[in-house]
Amino acid sequence: MSETKMIYGLYDDDGTLTKAAKNFVSNGLKIKDVYAPFPIHGIEKVIGIKWTQISIAAFIYCMIGCTLATIGMRYFMIVDWPMNIGGKPNFSYIQNFPSFVPITFEFSVLCAAHGMVITYLIRNWTLPFVKARNPHPSTTDDHFCMEINPVQNKASEDEIKSMLKDSGAVEIFEK
Amino acid sequence: MDQFEFTSSQKKFTFGLMGIGLLALIWAVYSIMVSDGADHHAASARLWSNLLICGFFFIGIAVAALFFLAVQHAAEAGWATMFLRVFQATSSYLYVGSGILVLVLLFGGHDLYHWMHEDAVAHDDLLAHKSDYLNPTFFWIRTLMYLGVWIFFMRLFKKLSLEEDEIGGTEIHFRNQKYAAIFLVFFGYSSSTASWDWIMSIDAHWFSTLFGWYVFSGMWISSLVFMTLLIIWLKGKGYLPKVNENHIHDMGKWIFGVSCLWTYLWFSQFMLIWYANIPEEIIYFKARFDDYRILYFGMIIINFVFPFFGLMDKDNKRSIGWVGTIGVIIFITHWFDVYMLVTPGVMKDHWHFGGIEIGLFLGFLGLFLFVVLNALSKSPLIVKNHPFLDECIHLEQN
Repeated sequence: MSETKMIYGLYDDDGTLTKAAKNFVSNGLKIKDVYAPFPIHGIEKVIGIKWTQISIAAFIYCMIGCTLATIGMRYFMIVDWPMNIGGKPNFSYIQNFPSFVPITFEFSVLCAAHGMVITYLIRNWTLPFVKARNPHPSTTDDHFCMEINPVQNKASEDEIKSMLKDSGAVEIFEK
Repeated sequence: MDQFEFTSSQKKFTFGLMGIGLLALIWAVYSIMVSDGADHHAASARLWSNLLICGFFFIGIAVAALFFLAVQHAAEAGWATMFLRVFQATSSYLYVGSGILVLVLLFGGHDLYHWMHEDAVAHDDLLAHKSDYLNPTFFWIRTLMYLGVWIFFMRLFKKLSLEEDEIGGTEIHFRNQKYAAIFLVFFGYSSSTASWDWIMSIDAHWFSTLFGWYVFSGMWISSLVFMTLLIIWLKGKGYLPKVNENHIHDMGKWIFGVSCLWTYLWFSQFMLIWYANIPEEIIYFKARFDDYRILYFGMIIINFVFPFFGLMDKDNKRSIGWVGTIGVIIFITHWFDVYMLVTPGVMKDHWHFGGIEIGLFLGFLGLFLFVVLNALSKSPLIVKNHPFLDECIHLEQN
């Protein structure tokens, strides 16, 4: 956490928050983040969060898995200890290719899935035993929280607070 | 523009395609008449196998469109509500398609299906053993039953949809859901058995338990691609103004997903047979690998690689250009998939690919387009009063 003091507005309804966020953004206020117990439809477009690149990461993990599986199976089944299974050619990877496809596929999926989960946890820093960073405990329950950085905005802190209050925030606090 | 207008220039274009098909048909008939002996037999087998390929490919598109329509009804899906008339119009080819298929099976059955020869069955233990199922009488009962029930549901969904336009409410919506569920159960069985009867019985000694699913997934992807291209074309003409990249994104996802399903089923069928290595099973792939190597592998690779890598990225699925280009390519290569289902069994290694194949494909395409566009121009392009219409208009996804 940085040392900058943030202003938070707590809402009890995601619709109120989205409406407020749209209003703030059109008035030139920059919203840093929104914390919510569930995904709010369309909020990332309103507050201008960039599209995630986790799908590209997933593709790279998948390719790594595909390569590892191929290298591994070639070593286990062809080079190190050729095994004759069902009379299939056991000294050639390419001639035996169909029997390796299922494992290549499954290992690629495994790597992509685990890679994505681990990347997500690290990127959001929500690993096990890590202290939660949400500004208010009830954002995991029934409240929605808007985070505004007063330093990035031209409006003064008091102005921001009064805007939050006018838009229907049930609680306003600094942290 | 909520009413599609089938202009005379579009009609002329489809008639032109049909004319090409007619020329190819005349050419094929002429080459049967002038040849004799083995050539005569090969020429007539070539004509009938091509008529079966095109007849099955296009009726497959129509019935898979009906299946996809029923899936939307049964699942109460909202995203495709603006496309329901496109699905209905595509399925309305079932009338013409059934007629053509019946004619092809009636007059070409003898050239196509070995098991229809009584003397062959008498000297063949395997065919005699299968003759409780594979005999002409039962074959015709089944064929007419599939086509009849499919047409019945096609008419039913169309009628209910037009009624819903008039009276609105949710009563028809729930009736649609119920009938769709019944149709899906029937289709689940009949799509498999129809592909056994019409396609798998060409190689009457061979069988595969995955065959029905494999053929069905090919029908489904061809149908999805055709309907996506039709939607893109309509949008380009200025119809369907409320269709945006979110809807194209969904169709792109379907094309991507069903292409993977098709590849998965092809590979599953192949790998088990390859691994078991039983001569009477492996003969099916040996015929294709030895005599049709480039065509067969080219077809499989294009059908998998193009949609898989081309439509993997989110931005590509949302781009009309990408989805359209890949759609056109795999529409043609999925015709080759059906070509590969039929030709090796009928023609063995005496296959040809030339004017007759291309001409008949274009002719059938012209007929198909004419029927579909004609049906599309008969009713409003977008359903009215459907409970999920508003949801579809505001469909949004990242």
